[in-house]
Amino acid sequence: MTSFILRRLALSVVLLFIISIISFFIVTLTPGSPYPWGDLNPKISKEVKENFRKKFHLDRPLPEQYAFIMRDLFTGNLRSIKDDRPVMSRILERFPATLSLNFTSILISLAFGTLLGVTAARYAGRWQDVFGSLTAIFFIALPGFWISYLIAILLVKEFHVPILGTQSYGIEFPNAGAAILDRLWHLLVPATVLALGGIAVQSRYLRATMIESLREDYIRTARAKGLAEEIVLYKHAFRNSVRPILAGIGMLLPAMISGSVVIETIFAYPGIGRLSYEAVLERDYPTLVAMNFFVAALILLGNLISDLLYAAVDPRIRLE
Amino acid sequence: MTTSTLSPISPSSTIPTLSLEAETPAQRILRRFWAQPVARIATIVILFFILISGGTALLSSLHLNWPCEPNQTNLEQKLVPPSTQHWLGTDNLGRDVLSRMLHGATISLTVGLIAVVVSLGIGVIVGAIAGYFGGLTDQILMRSVDALLCFPTFFIILSVVAILGPSLVNIVLVIGLVSWTGAARLVRGEFLTLRETEYVKGARVLGQNSWHIITRHILPNAAAPILVTAIVSIPDAILTEASLSILGFGVQPPQATWGNIIADGKTYLLEAWWLILFPGLAILIATLSLYLAGDALREAAESRN
Repeated sequence: MTSFILRRLALSVVLLFIISIISFFIVTLTPGSPYPWGDLNPKISKEVKENFRKKFHLDRPLPEQYAFIMRDLFTGNLRSIKDDRPVMSRILERFPATLSLNFTSILISLAFGTLLGVTAARYAGRWQDVFGSLTAIFFIALPGFWISYLIAILLVKEFHVPILGTQSYGIEFPNAGAAILDRLWHLLVPATVLALGGIAVQSRYLRATMIESLREDYIRTARAKGLAEEIVLYKHAFRNSVRPILAGIGMLLPAMISGSVVIETIFAYPGIGRLSYEAVLERDYPTLVAMNFFVAALILLGNLISDLLYAAVDPRIRLE
Repeated sequence: MTTSTLSPISPSSTIPTLSLEAETPAQRILRRFWAQPVARIATIVILFFILISGGTALLSSLHLNWPCEPNQTNLEQKLVPPSTQHWLGTDNLGRDVLSRMLHGATISLTVGLIAVVVSLGIGVIVGAIAGYFGGLTDQILMRSVDALLCFPTFFIILSVVAILGPSLVNIVLVIGLVSWTGAARLVRGEFLTLRETEYVKGARVLGQNSWHIITRHILPNAAAPILVTAIVSIPDAILTEASLSILGFGVQPPQATWGNIIADGKTYLLEAWWLILFPGLAILIATLSLYLAGDALREAAESRN
């Protein structure tokens, strides 16, 4: 177990190294001005440009630039071009918002994906199954930004409920409970939109494995004992179908973080997705490189955790 | 795989004749595909979209624009709700939304199609090399794919498009260049299985070279899953382009796309719902029918009867 984790961590370091090189070269080798104010701005003197290049090591050869960026990233000295603050603290202050958004979203996908997948497997081949697969495809095809705008029109215009940001502004809450509920509400709307794809993927995987497990002998035994169908489904068959769900979380993570760029921007949600969009707008190279590195590290960590959970729920699996 | 050149009712002679019942694998898959009602509806919808986008492109090249010229502004008629004159309303500059959507269809379908050609091209080549040759080549290629899978692709697409400038060519190329990993994995898997089949071993014994074996024996037998991947990748690319548009890095105005009609309309979210509803509905119907068609084709290719 320990050796498995160590080996995975070592592999992750190698992968992160490759990823950092790729993302560094994507950002630096693409044509375009590194200056936040544009290449040909006549108001900027040569000296200012020269100082800027010196400060961000842009006067050095590319491999050296890469080394500088990585050194600064790890010593915490990498600074944003935009506001000259350390990049890592910019990312970390935005991170809790994204973490809670993605966590809620994963919970929603698991809950509804499970319900949809188990129901589809239980009634395999019948209309409930067809309905389940059509719903799943519908959720995948649904443009997240579009449904966000429609929800915004509906809630804000018809029901006058605020949904932007992490909390309602300009409102005095009578007690802490109301304030927490308000925050939860602001979390729930974007998380639900973000979860739609996850619900679809989870339900499809679960349906396939549930149908497989429902053919097993122990299910026939359970039914022969006279157990209620719900217990057979959720206690016996479901337990053996948990593995693909956990594997699915690992795969959901990159898609969710990608999706949160758009969703966080639409809902004015101050997470890292929105930060990366701001960094793109501001041509903030150090932040972009650090963001890619951070997110990739996050995804690798997520995959590792999902593998460990995998082994925790299924004693047949040995991590070696 | 060669089904019934020797069908039971063919006359017994030294030359096997092709009977009427003989069905090639492709015909069998097509028949099973068409037997599904969902597949028929989806195919008709897709053909409808291809027809209107082709028709619009053709008409506009002849300087005929129906119902209006898509970029014709009319400030006296701005933000008009759907009416008999403007079926789907007008936007903040008084441009007719229906005309813009018809022109947007061409862009969306082009983006989807070309991006998939690029991504599938790379994916098939990488997957074929990895799956056919195996060993160290396979290890290196697939570890690189694993590394790429750790990237949240939309980040990369967004940053590269923002730096290169959001032109149609850049968007299509970047989407294509970033999204080939799924195809590569699939093709590798198919190649690993097919490589061990009798007919491939036979071809190798006959001394045919790798190129011939890959293009003549393995690829045709992996065609169905590759086609399925292609079909379901088109809506992915369409959705990616639309999401880029929402963030302001899609195909740029005045060229209308489904995504940037919504992006322009979001400022008037609470006054002009038609600017959001109709283009989004067009995206949804197009992506939905492509996914459904892909799913039906997969079903047709996998079922055994």
